[in-house]
Amino acid sequence: MSQSTSITRTRAGSFGEWYASGAPWVWLTGGAVALSGLLVVGLLTLIAIRGLGHFWPAPLVEAVYVQPDEEPYPLIAQLGYSETVSAARLQSAGIKVSGDAEFYERRLVKVANRDIYGADFRYLLDDWIQERTTPEDLSVFERLEWGDLYGYLVQVSEQGTPVDTDDLWAEFQARQNRARDLYHDIERIQEGAIGAINYELEQLRLRERRMELNDGATDNALAKIERERETLDAEYAELQQALQSLNDQIGRDSITVRAQNGQTVTVPLAEVVRGYRPNAMGLFAKIRFYFAKIWEFVSDEPREANTEGGVFPAIFGTVMMVMLMSVFVTPFGVVAALYMREYAKQGVVTRIIRIAVNNLAGVPSIVYGVFGLGFFVYALGGSIDELFFPAALPSPTFGTGGIFWASLTLALLTLPVVIVSTEEGLARIPRSLREASLALGATKAETLWKIVLPMSSPAMMTGLILAIARAAGEVAPLMLVGVVKLAPSLPLDGNFPFLHLDRKFMHLGFHIYDVGFQSPNVEAARPLVYATALLLVLVIVILNLAAVRIRNRLRERYRALEH
Amino acid sequence: MDQTSRSANPGMAQTDRAGSDRLIRWRYFKDRMATVAVGIGGVGVLVAILLIFFYLAWVVMPLFAPASIEKVAEYPAPISEPALLLTVEEQAEVATHVGTSGRVRFFDVLTGEMRGESQLPIPDGVGLAQFDSIDPNRGLFGLLLEDGGLLVARQEHKIRFSDAGRTIASSLSYPYGETPIDTGLTDVRALDVRASAESLLIAAALPNGRIELVRYEQEVGLFGGSGELTEDERGTVLLELPPERRIERLLLDPAETWLHALTDDGEVITTNIRRLSEPDRLGPVTVAGPDARVIDARYLNGGISVLVATSDGRISQLFPVRDAGAGWRLQKVREFEAPGDAMISAVDIEQRRRGFMAADSAGRLAIYYATSHRELLNETVIEGAIKDIALAPRADRLLVQSREGQISVFDVHNEHPEVSLTSLWGKVWYESYPEPDYVWQSSSATSDFEPKFSLMPLSFGTLKAAFYAMLFAMPLAIFGAVYTAYFMSPALRQIVKPTIEIMEALPTVILGFLAGLWLAPVLELNMPGAFLLILFLPLAIPLAGFLWTRFPASIRHRVPDGWVPALLIPVVIAVTWLAFALSRPVEAALFGGSMPLWLNNEMGITYDQRNALVVGLAMGFAVIPTIFSIAEDAVFSVPKQLSQGSLALGATPWQTMMRVVLPTASPGMFSAVMIGMGRAVGETMIVLMATGNTPIMDMSIFQGMRTLSANIAVEMPESEVGSTHFRLLFLAGLVLFMFTFFFNTLAEIVRQRLRRKYSTL
Repeated sequence: MSQSTSITRTRAGSFGEWYASGAPWVWLTGGAVALSGLLVVGLLTLIAIRGLGHFWPAPLVEAVYVQPDEEPYPLIAQLGYSETVSAARLQSAGIKVSGDAEFYERRLVKVANRDIYGADFRYLLDDWIQERTTPEDLSVFERLEWGDLYGYLVQVSEQGTPVDTDDLWAEFQARQNRARDLYHDIERIQEGAIGAINYELEQLRLRERRMELNDGATDNALAKIERERETLDAEYAELQQALQSLNDQIGRDSITVRAQNGQTVTVPLAEVVRGYRPNAMGLFAKIRFYFAKIWEFVSDEPREANTEGGVFPAIFGTVMMVMLMSVFVTPFGVVAALYMREYAKQGVVTRIIRIAVNNLAGVPSIVYGVFGLGFFVYALGGSIDELFFPAALPSPTFGTGGIFWASLTLALLTLPVVIVSTEEGLARIPRSLREASLALGATKAETLWKIVLPMSSPAMMTGLILAIARAAGEVAPLMLVGVVKLAPSLPLDGNFPFLHLDRKFMHLGFHIYDVGFQSPNVEAARPLVYATALLLVLVIVILNLAAVRIRNRLRERYRALEH
Repeated sequence: MDQTSRSANPGMAQTDRAGSDRLIRWRYFKDRMATVAVGIGGVGVLVAILLIFFYLAWVVMPLFAPASIEKVAEYPAPISEPALLLTVEEQAEVATHVGTSGRVRFFDVLTGEMRGESQLPIPDGVGLAQFDSIDPNRGLFGLLLEDGGLLVARQEHKIRFSDAGRTIASSLSYPYGETPIDTGLTDVRALDVRASAESLLIAAALPNGRIELVRYEQEVGLFGGSGELTEDERGTVLLELPPERRIERLLLDPAETWLHALTDDGEVITTNIRRLSEPDRLGPVTVAGPDARVIDARYLNGGISVLVATSDGRISQLFPVRDAGAGWRLQKVREFEAPGDAMISAVDIEQRRRGFMAADSAGRLAIYYATSHRELLNETVIEGAIKDIALAPRADRLLVQSREGQISVFDVHNEHPEVSLTSLWGKVWYESYPEPDYVWQSSSATSDFEPKFSLMPLSFGTLKAAFYAMLFAMPLAIFGAVYTAYFMSPALRQIVKPTIEIMEALPTVILGFLAGLWLAPVLELNMPGAFLLILFLPLAIPLAGFLWTRFPASIRHRVPDGWVPALLIPVVIAVTWLAFALSRPVEAALFGGSMPLWLNNEMGITYDQRNALVVGLAMGFAVIPTIFSIAEDAVFSVPKQLSQGSLALGATPWQTMMRVVLPTASPGMFSAVMIGMGRAVGETMIVLMATGNTPIMDMSIFQGMRTLSANIAVEMPESEVGSTHFRLLFLAGLVLFMFTFFFNTLAEIVRQRLRRKYSTL
């Protein structure tokens, strides 16, 4: 580029000359690029650090919190990030700082033990946290309820009587592993077998109701249903027994932990998910722990109102919805693009239609959500319910949001992207190829099917990937058509018809919104939000880079063919 | 393969003619099928896209439809005795008639068949002094007898479901017992009674402008059940009235605060009865012209607005309003015209909305809605004069009794009276507000609430958010695009363009959550730093450029052309660090340690943590790549000959850019800004998370807002399907759709024209 020769190379005589040449403005424009680039990189780095850092086991500190004019009290906590706050701000908040220093460091600490202290996070002044030590015995226990428990392991009990052992921690770990295996067995029975029985019972109820509505409720049929119900109840009773025995086994052990103020808490091992001693872990142990936590994050179900556990249902829901959306958007988008480019007469009408399709890509996504809610959910869904699912009424089947309507809404939203991309791909194929094919005697349909479409498939794929990337990130329309905070079951499971299109689902983007802003425990939820955001960003960045690469390769391939 | 070899050999062609004919027909059939299928599919898809607009419009249209009524029954009145009260119960099946003799009769609304009757336990020989319909919602009414006894009765309509269907059994009950309460009030000219779960308040107008107030308390048992009614207190309100003027009506509000007294010549005088020792007197406000008198006065739903119908054909709405100081005043807010020229003969209100109806002595009926100041219907419904009207609680059925003794029953369809162009876009005087205002407050916990549907605060919020976003995004995006397209080296462009594309791909959820959870607290703590940064950067960057020219040539020549942004990265980082490091010392020195506190105390500017500055930064970040890519495309497509010619003539690169390239690319720039604007207006998630979602109209950068899109996202899941609120949310969606469609079309047309212009160069 010869335009810029004079900017960086020439040595200006004086400031005035340099200024008059317009160079400062060029530097300012360059600065805009630098700033934009830094913003993007900075944002991604922020998400990466906060997100990835969440899983690393931070050291547990034991200290004494000394406030002026008050009793010092013991503290066991994980120290979080700190910020500098002015003395004036602290005083106006009611904290009695002496006023000697202008600024104080305020730190967010996690004291956990929500059942004892009420809140697991606190803002404390760094200077007043004194006598800090990191004893090796300090342990963290992750629980199913009430969050984490910090303290010293004092006792391991079996059936209430303490176990006599030299190595308390090893004893705990052995019994904890046993409890975890039992827990997984219990879960498998509950969600698998008992879930299937519940599903079957519900189907029986609907069958009975359907017979009543169609006046087909003969005594024979009702008796048959009753018999099936009895079989299911018998199976359920058996499973209940198995469950009961497992519950008895898992309830055998418990641990007693001493918290920071001397209070002891007894927790049954059935409720302990994991226990570890962060101060005693070496580097390899920490790395193993880190990857175990990341694996739990992507494969486990959420706990504690989405503030702990994993995001697997959200990942599954997002992937499922995106796949369903692709099934709808690809054929329709390709057909529409084919029609506009190959079949329709090119004139004012097609130009207007092309402008309209382009504009629809710019329409706010919430408008699609509103349309989806009104037309798909209430109008179409209501009619489907009345025609095909009257037995379940007044409880709606398709007359409420669900994964099917959400996929359709997003398919409509991303349709313009696919249409535009496919059209561009079709336009790139030189006319000479089409004419050659027609000259050889092929029909138009055969030309399209065998020559044009395969050649434009990279463009279609680019369009599809861009559509998927857009759909994975859109949240606003989904909030209206079927995404929920916590879905009791996945849209795909082992019960016929396996794919339940009427079920509500969870979504990564909505999960971010919900956990960040509608969570009862904001401080606990925040690192999880960063982690989920990182996951979503990674998925979308990878998709987009893939689309860019395909598009660039496509451009190179056809550059030679372009006339 | 076989076929071609066969047809290439003419000798074999004869025998296979049939086969290849069939094949050719099949191929052509497939071709036609494909044409049809693609045609249907293509047109179908395009129709589906257009369907969005039409569906939204279809949902919105009923908002502006007028009301309609249709007659469903007509029969001679089953009761000839004049009525103290004529009402219809909830299911609109049974009508209640309370006669002057104390006989209460229930008859079927559609047929006039009698369903039951009851006699009020009035002691023998005692006549009726006054009647008050205490609470139409609960079916309570009261009779004050000449000896001062008050009898309160309630209509009970019990619904029973049996195999035959639904039956309603109507009867009377007496919440305070069948013996009249001895109030000792005689010679009463006007009466109003308020009954709540624990108390009974009576206001009685006696001669000479004296009003007696009596309150009774009733113990409510722990598990329900009522106890003794005991007199709690008595008070007197004295209105100084000359002897020729009388008090015609009294109205007590449900909160037992305001007592409105209407004189016979159309003046309303209001007293605050909370502190009888020093009563606050409001008014008098004149509602009737000279020689006009009051025909009807009642409360609208909610018990705040008083509706007065006068003989000069006017219906006025008044309510108490807070004055500038701590005082109150009585304000006449609106006036409605009588249905026709004849005198108004009957008025009834809607029990669950701020609507009401008026009938006159020429058989005309008009349906009004107070808040939106609309007259929804004005028709002659019967021949002859209307004596009385009774509207069902759900406002779906109306009973009209003519003076000749005929009852006509109508079904009423009045779905969306709350909406009119002025109520959506103009200032409306809502109840208890000191002046007309733009307010969006769509729902509340009770049905007494007056819904306030003004789209102005939401539209203002949308435009404010878009304005601040464009303020931040436009300089960065346009400057950046200019540099990238014109001055940048191709190698660096290979890095910058994907970076900007990643910026575009970032989901707005993430931008929103970072803005709300990270940026807002950081900005609040480091506000001076943010402003220092805005101040330092435009100064530091050219300074760095000048210093660069002072570097020895050996270093300067090592950096290729067009790598200015790379050189500036350390500068930007350093300046940012400096600005935020200085933030606290500056804050301590200039703002007393806390800038938001200083703003609040010294400048009177309230600071919200989630405000327009945060939204501007976050949404600006989201909009930058949109503007950037289109603007960059525009500048890049300017033919090189133009700029090379300019440089050859001796202009500097910047002069070329400013005077040649930018003007040529300006349509593209315009198009970019239009599309960016469209994107900023429609953005939902960022605004949802980074503002406080408060529907206020304040241009301050430190205050939040609520936009149309965020409003839809927040309120749609909880809106009643088919209600006014629901349709209004669709209207907001339609407004957004049309706005972005218009802007994008404009931008697209400009861009296409630009492309055609360049193809000739």
